[in-house]
Amino acid sequence: MLPIQTNHVGHSLIRIKSLCKSYNLQDASGKTVTNQVLFNIDLIINQGEFVAIMGHSGSGKSTLMNILGCLDTPTSGSYWLSEENVATLTNDELARIRNQKIGFVFQGFNLLKRVTALDNVATPLLYAGVGRSQSRKQALELLRRTGLENFAMHQPNQLSGGQQQRVAISRALINQPPLILADEPTGNLDTQTSREIMLLFQQLNRDQGITIVLVTHEDDIAAYAKRLIRLKDGHIIYDKNNDNEAILDKLS
Amino acid sequence: MNLSAIIGEALRALRQNRLRTGLTMLGMIIGVAAVILMLSIGQGAQTKINQTIAEMGSNLFIVVPGATSSGGFSFGSGSIRTLTIHDAQAIAELPTISATAPVISGTAQLNYAAKNWSTLITGTTPDYFSVGNWKIESGTFFTESDLRSANRVVVLGSVTAQNLFSDEDPVGKTIRITNRPFLVVGVLMAKGQSLTGRDQDDNIFIPITTSERQVTGNQFPGSIRLMLVQCKSADEMDIAEMEITQLLLQRHRIAKGKENDFTVRNLTALADVATGAAKVMSMVLGAIASVSLLVGGIGIMNIMLVSVTERTREIGIRMAIGANQRAILTQFLLEAMMICIMGGLIGLLLGIGGAWVVSQVADMLIVITLGMIGLAFLFASAVGIFFGFYPAKKAASLKPVDALRYE
Repeated sequence: MLPIQTNHVGHSLIRIKSLCKSYNLQDASGKTVTNQVLFNIDLIINQGEFVAIMGHSGSGKSTLMNILGCLDTPTSGSYWLSEENVATLTNDELARIRNQKIGFVFQGFNLLKRVTALDNVATPLLYAGVGRSQSRKQALELLRRTGLENFAMHQPNQLSGGQQQRVAISRALINQPPLILADEPTGNLDTQTSREIMLLFQQLNRDQGITIVLVTHEDDIAAYAKRLIRLKDGHIIYDKNNDNEAILDKLS
Repeated sequence: MNLSAIIGEALRALRQNRLRTGLTMLGMIIGVAAVILMLSIGQGAQTKINQTIAEMGSNLFIVVPGATSSGGFSFGSGSIRTLTIHDAQAIAELPTISATAPVISGTAQLNYAAKNWSTLITGTTPDYFSVGNWKIESGTFFTESDLRSANRVVVLGSVTAQNLFSDEDPVGKTIRITNRPFLVVGVLMAKGQSLTGRDQDDNIFIPITTSERQVTGNQFPGSIRLMLVQCKSADEMDIAEMEITQLLLQRHRIAKGKENDFTVRNLTALADVATGAAKVMSMVLGAIASVSLLVGGIGIMNIMLVSVTERTREIGIRMAIGANQRAILTQFLLEAMMICIMGGLIGLLLGIGGAWVVSQVADMLIVITLGMIGLAFLFASAVGIFFGFYPAKKAASLKPVDALRYE
């Protein structure tokens, strides 16, 4: 196990200690087989970091992502997210954390179908208890900043992939979470659009200090992060600062 | 998430699948419409019977002479004239009895100007009108003095009056009954059909004395065909029946063990049977209609289960962006309830419209009460909650990670 590298950008946002995750599966004969995916993961991510978690499929990076996102619970070990021990929280408290502390960006965008871009962005605010008109007002403001103002009343299937992903990023930002989890955010996008999306992440990280955890299997996408973590067969095999960080400011 | 926002989400989901929503709603619409229609028909029948009973007069007995038999042949009740006017007078003296009305009857040919009409003629006493709950349309009933003097006066039923006089006012005119002139003193208000379906308004009434001597005649003077007896209160019906029987047994000197030569029938009891039958019919109709509501409810559950499976990914997304279990549960439950409530409202209108059509086409009395509407509405909402809860619970208890991964 490599020593945990910390960047000291700020206080720790994520603290994971000896985290394990295993699934119980039924094999062909009906016997229960335990399949362990993550082995004793130790990880600290500080506020303001831009981390890329890399690995081939089956490396456990998606499982780690789901646990980081409070979508799944660890089998053992502890996970502290901004001073809350996630393992001990109820379903309702996990929902609140996903709503307030985490913004998700997915490979397949995962926008609500047949719901306008505006309402897609506004929905997390509704779940936070904000009224509909106030939510829409804030959502429109956010879309204006991402340059999608004119597409506010469009439904996802009327938008290009890049536009959809920017709507998804706006949705992730609307509750001003300290953490954004991006799971293969450029997987469905062409190279040019991928660059634009990565630039957006860099800007958010640098200008607003939002912590970004990016899961990807593409090295050139991971290159935009400040810190690289590589997973293999459920172990962290590499964790270092990215010395060759790709700077895309010229594009903006 | 506040309730109005969840209602908005639920409405949007229903709008997105208009055809499916409509078809699911159809089950509810038909169910509620059927319940309303059936209840209103049942209630209408009950009301109709109650009206007829009220018009018939309350707390009534009918006393008819007993059957006679000769050589093994029974001639049926009333075939022998054992009851007399004096029996009626004696029964009227009983403390539990408010009035009696002896009746002799026959048919007669009536003439007025160029018109003629054949109808039922009833010879009776002035008490008949109060006992039988008759109301006067114009003129008066005939009086005790008409009775004593056997005057040629007549009170017409509304149908008879219409047939003889058309638009003319009959009161004060003279008609001929079997060629004897009679003064029309009054016309009765219409009553409609009796419980047995006879038209009660096609008849005429004259004093029993006049009838006996001049119109119908009487093989045994003083005998009557039947008498109506009105009891003072509904609670004393049983005692009154016993007293009437005792008195008649005594007056007719019928020894113990011999067959009575009269029969006392409790008309109110008969009416109760009819009301009870209508009530049962109304309940059976309602129960049958409720089955269609139940089937509609199962349809809703079925569709909601399909919908939850189909929208698993949506549920996952909603959970990822912060929906808790209660928000998901409420959304799906509200969807089911909205289908039910909207379907219920449409069904309600349809049921009321259907009832109106039935009342027009089949000429039936239809009664729709607020209670009925409330019941159907309550039932619809209950179906929504009952059959919507399981699918909603299923949606809410999905694990976020599994729901998101669902393809």
